[in-house]
Amino acid sequence: MKILVAIKQVPARDSQLRVQSSGRWIEQQDVSFEINEPDAYALEAGLQLSEKAGGEVVVLCAGPAGAAQTIREALAKGAHRAIHIEQDDLGALDPLAAAQLLAAAVRTEAPDLILTGLQSDDAGYGQTGVVLAELLGLPHATIIMQAEQSGSGIRVKRELEDGWFQHIEMPLPALLTIQSGISRLRYATLMGIKKARTKEIRRVTASDLGVTPAPVLSIERIYAPEKSKQTQMLEGAAGEVAAKLVEKLKFEARVL
Amino acid sequence: MSGVLVITEQFRGAWRPISWEALAAGQQLASQLGTKAGAAVLGSGIGTLAQELAGKQLDRVYTVDHELLATYTADAFTAAAEQLVRQMQPEYVLFPHTYQVRDFAPKLAARFQQALVSDATALAVRGGRVLFTRQLFQGKLNADVSCGGPPPWFASVQAGAFRADQVRPGSAAIEAVPVSLDPALIRTRAEEPFREAQRAVDLSSAERIVSVGRGIREKENLGIVEELAQALDAELAASRPICDNGWLPMERQVGSSGQTVAPKLYVAVGISGAIQHLVGMKGARTIVAINKDANAPIFEIADYGIAGDLFEIVPALTEAVKKAKG
Repeated sequence: MKILVAIKQVPARDSQLRVQSSGRWIEQQDVSFEINEPDAYALEAGLQLSEKAGGEVVVLCAGPAGAAQTIREALAKGAHRAIHIEQDDLGALDPLAAAQLLAAAVRTEAPDLILTGLQSDDAGYGQTGVVLAELLGLPHATIIMQAEQSGSGIRVKRELEDGWFQHIEMPLPALLTIQSGISRLRYATLMGIKKARTKEIRRVTASDLGVTPAPVLSIERIYAPEKSKQTQMLEGAAGEVAAKLVEKLKFEARVL
Repeated sequence: MSGVLVITEQFRGAWRPISWEALAAGQQLASQLGTKAGAAVLGSGIGTLAQELAGKQLDRVYTVDHELLATYTADAFTAAAEQLVRQMQPEYVLFPHTYQVRDFAPKLAARFQQALVSDATALAVRGGRVLFTRQLFQGKLNADVSCGGPPPWFASVQAGAFRADQVRPGSAAIEAVPVSLDPALIRTRAEEPFREAQRAVDLSSAERIVSVGRGIREKENLGIVEELAQALDAELAASRPICDNGWLPMERQVGSSGQTVAPKLYVAVGISGAIQHLVGMKGARTIVAINKDANAPIFEIADYGIAGDLFEIVPALTEAVKKAKG
């Protein structure tokens, strides 16, 4: 089975973010990057499926030159090769434009299964995978907890709301978006890191792929959210703030 | 023709309550645009639900009733919604932001060369244009987003962003919208939805909750949080990563995929406040947040915040609570 995993590089979780002077995206220079967490689980699911069914795992990533680091890490974990669509201004792409870009690269591969995380931790639209399936004419399912091959198709467990789940079967090729946190992520081994250096990363641009991504949504302005509540920040040594807080909970909020 | 069409959601014949919030958003958007809102319900045997919608201030209630819509599939719902939207030609199509909407609305929007403005928390009309507010970077920043290209434009609204009790009553005619669906177009075979184990812990009735997130780092560190919960006579709860790791059972998870709680006191320990968690607990009366990152979104909704090392603060707090209780 040929599995393609679409991953994205996003600012690390604890990054301090500054808004660009344009007001439309964040300053990228002072931020460190990592793989989008849900995509890490998609990669893990892809590696596990390929270990059972054989075949290769191809990583697909659109992003600036610096995304090569995240791609190498995916190769070190066991992906066989990668395609890097070099694209600088991801922040200006909406899910439609991002999916147009990815779809053009997927068409050159014709995988049996496409996996991606259920959403990105940066823009968080949560729809690139679904739109990609639509552009490629493939069946899909989202927020997947488990996937296993079943005859010539795939059977998945999908998470619904409020503690409900559902099993769904579909023929291949298909696309799944993977829920975060569903398995234990593997670490890259030293051997894996060594091997990754020799694995193929095919670099392409939008124009190589013959697409001009055409976003329809535009971010007019980004800004720090206004507080919906007046938060009292308590400061001081641990013992001191603890005493202050108890005082407030007892006499101000009256919840003790 | 309605300028705004709200596509509501039902699950096994009962409303998803967030449908009313989407309806409130639709009414607000329509009145700001000087147009009218209509609402649609999709499914099989949905007459009673449509009757309920007809008691609201709407231009029209549309029913899309078809046996192939009895069980949700992305293929059938997309096809049905596409036919509905092509017939009604609304300018804006609004959805409640549910897991089901996340599964098919992006596909629907793509058929109109559009993208969904997903998970909007607010909307405003400025100079005849609609700006939707949505969260970026796990709630650290907000963005105002506008839609381009020719309509229809699509957006979904976040749980809790609009108030169901602000839906204006009225009286609307019901119109059945015929759609043609071919069983062959449904590529997925959906089995009956099921629930895993019944919940043994009902956090929704807890008066006080101490909830722990990934800031706790190791399972072995949970002890200090348990001690705080005990001192406060509180239930112990957690954000999703803790339950995914198996450190606490799933039934103690608070958030969109866990329980929704509204205690008198909610103490969030090492929880940054991703929106999936916040929607489950922002109804708490008093919220305390303890987190090392002073910019974490949890502080946006906290009444009392302590930015610092939880490994020092939590044990100190436990002591202080014990002392106060004598």
